[in-house]
Amino acid sequence: MIRSTLALTCLLGLWAGLSQAAPLGDPEAGKKVYNSCKGCHEVGEGARNGVGPHLNFVFGRKAAGLEGYRYSKSLERAGVAGLEWHADTLDAYIEDPRGFASGTRMSFRGLKDPQDRANVIAYLRLYSDNPANIPEADPTARMSEYTVDAALLAMDGDREYGQYLSGECKACHLSDGADGIPSIVYWPEDDFKVALYAYKSGQRLHPVMQMIASRLGDEEIAALAAYFENPD
Amino acid sequence: MKLNRRTFIGTTAALAAVMSAPAVMGQGKPRVVVIGGGAGGATAARYIAQDSAGAIDVTLIEPQTTYYTCFFSNLYLGGFKEISDLGHSYAKLASDYGINVVHDMAAGVDRTAKTVTLAGGGTVAYDKLIVSPGIDFVDGSVPGWSVDAQDKMPHAYKGGTQVELLKAQIMAMPAGGVFAMVAPPNPYRCPPGPYERISMVGHLLKVNNPTAKILLVDPKEKYSKQGLFEEGWAKHYPGMIERIGPDFGAANVSVDPAAMTVTIDGTVEQVHACNVIPAQKAGMIAAAAGLTDGNWAPVNPVDMSSKMDPDVYVLGDATNQGDMPKSGFSANSQAKVCANAVRGALTGSRVFPAKYSNTCWSLIAPEDGVKVGAAYEPTDEKIASVSSFISQTGEDAALRKATYEESEGWYTGITTDMFG
Ligand SMILES: Cc1cc2nc3c(=O)[nH]c(=O)nc-3n(C[C@H](O)[C@H](O)[C@H](O)COP(=O)(O)OP(=O)(O)OC[C@H]3O[C@@H](n4cnc5c(N)ncnc54)[C@H](O)[C@@H]3O)c2cc1C
Ligand code: HEC
Ligand code: HEC
Repeated sequence: MIRSTLALTCLLGLWAGLSQAAPLGDPEAGKKVYNSCKGCHEVGEGARNGVGPHLNFVFGRKAAGLEGYRYSKSLERAGVAGLEWHADTLDAYIEDPRGFASGTRMSFRGLKDPQDRANVIAYLRLYSDNPANIPEADPTARMSEYTVDAALLAMDGDREYGQYLSGECKACHLSDGADGIPSIVYWPEDDFKVALYAYKSGQRLHPVMQMIASRLGDEEIAALAAYFENPD
Repeated sequence: MKLNRRTFIGTTAALAAVMSAPAVMGQGKPRVVVIGGGAGGATAARYIAQDSAGAIDVTLIEPQTTYYTCFFSNLYLGGFKEISDLGHSYAKLASDYGINVVHDMAAGVDRTAKTVTLAGGGTVAYDKLIVSPGIDFVDGSVPGWSVDAQDKMPHAYKGGTQVELLKAQIMAMPAGGVFAMVAPPNPYRCPPGPYERISMVGHLLKVNNPTAKILLVDPKEKYSKQGLFEEGWAKHYPGMIERIGPDFGAANVSVDPAAMTVTIDGTVEQVHACNVIPAQKAGMIAAAAGLTDGNWAPVNPVDMSSKMDPDVYVLGDATNQGDMPKSGFSANSQAKVCANAVRGALTGSRVFPAKYSNTCWSLIAPEDGVKVGAAYEPTDEKIASVSSFISQTGEDAALRKATYEESEGWYTGITTDMFG
């Protein structure tokens, strides 16, 4: 009986905190790490360019994207080629600035400790757009991971879980379909899964459905397929 | 050891089974009272009633007998919807889901006695209370304007007759007249809402009064979908819309509703119709019930329970939860997480992990729709954004049309989800 074994695990306290998104880092600790940037960069209210460009609203900004600051040719070229600052690109740049953009004028040896980088990135994130006001702004946490045990794939989808998850779908998908949004009920389970995996893998292009499918693990997809096959 | 999703679900269920002494002992069914029958409250009431199949007694307290959605009210201004398209009745919630719908105002909450007092007299007892009252306005946020002036300078930012009044005033403008909007400071309901409204007023004027001007007075440096709106305004309404931002004094604005003037950093502008959208706070009952800290009600990110009281949940615009924008979609999404948690607490049903999402469409011009969306998960501190997307500038007309059609589908979907 899988569930009772798991119940034991849970009583040992291992269940806590699962399925939570991980913050980018600890902004409090990042404030201290930022001391190593401070000599060259301002951030916060009234921040101006100094030796380095100011770092307000840096998330989502094109590299070398501030008017009125003279960047190196190297960083400018990277910006023109499409480089934008997000948690991942910032991480790579501040780990090893010269390795990332060989001609950059940022003469800083880099932060080797990943935790320090995560923390300073979380600190800088406080000074970029707030998603509550600007929903398209960069995320402030990392999506939780779905680790899948192959043995589970053979299991039947959990209909009750599927019913819970279907709440998200029903904001848009009516059972008989509506203008602009197709019906997704009474589909054979396999077809349903194929459609969701196609969005998840990016083969089917649609930003809403790609976002929704990207956060569904195999488990969730099986549960949804089982529920929508016969939702009544 | 890394546990996977199934582990979590299994364990939660088992945990619930092990630990849940039924929350309500003895006589009668557990009682849930919901204050406010909008995007958050109606959804929560419906999901709890439907999924508990009669095991929970659900009462919904809402003064209006017809709910007029704010969502799509801008499309009414543009001439793409009738007012009647926006109205929804509570009848099905009562007849098909057995919800006890009480058309009255909640006047107070006694959290010790666990009762809600009705404005019309009488009290309703609860085991779990859900509060989703939407917004109220912050007094004095736009000097010269108060709720008493809402007939001269409508806000049109709550459901009801205000949006009809605003449209009538815009239609009555003299040829070449000026429509002004005073946009709200953050945070407020529906981040792209004021700018979609500017677009729809632009369309209305383009058709009926093409030499009219639009003055947008905005205390914020930036706003949602700004690049998309600016591109659309230049394309569809060239020369019509002027936006004054904080760098030109928009944070220092006052109005005189009797004289129909707007004063921006000392410069007086005569206008012919004026939409004042004031600063916002949680609907009054949230503060009256002691659920707010500052203007908003803080909640726990895993289940929307109030940080002030574990037996009370707050949903939608009234909350301070983190990264989710105040939108109907967000309120509806939060309601489902809350419904699952409330049912679990009262009947021992399985409680699944919280997962939230939001998508907001905006119509810029006929068949020119855009959207923005994001996915959210709880962290220890807040509901955090974990991924987002937005329409791109320069998209072709076919994609914009498909996006608009999607929004129509969503409107039907969410209103069915709320009202059955
Ligand atoms: C112009 C405009 C356009 C918008 N467009 C969109 C959009 O495209 N997409 C989107 O997702 N969102 C949109 N929104 C936002 C959306 O309308 C709100 O975010 C949503 O309605 C919030 O839901 P809620 O449950 O918090 O509050 P509401 O839906 O406002 O519901 C609150 C209810 O509580 C009732 N109430 C208040 N106080 C009491 C009391 N004391 N006792 C009993 N009942 C009470 C009220 O009568 C009301 O019915 C728009 C808003 C505006 C203004
Ligand atoms: C010795 C001075 C110096 C230090 C220390 C320094 N930087 Fe820089 N930084 C610069 C300069 C100069 C540039 C411009 C680089 C160019 O043009 O190639 C820059 C560029 C950047 C950029 C790109 C901004 C843009 O607008 O494209 C980021 C991000 C950045 N730095 C982050 C940091 C962080 C985080 C730290 C601390 C961990 C840091 N820097 C430490 C000098 C510094
Ligand atoms: C914000 C609105 C929205 C939400 C929420 C949403 N969908 Fe969709 N869905 C769409 C749209 C729009 C399409 C059409 C996309 C396209 O053209 O590829 C679609 C397409 C689909 C399809 C393919 C349909 C077909 O005919 O090929 C499936 C399957 C699907 N969705 C499943 C889901 C599931 C499962 C959920 C919930 C976990 C969900 N959707 C949530 C809007 C939504």
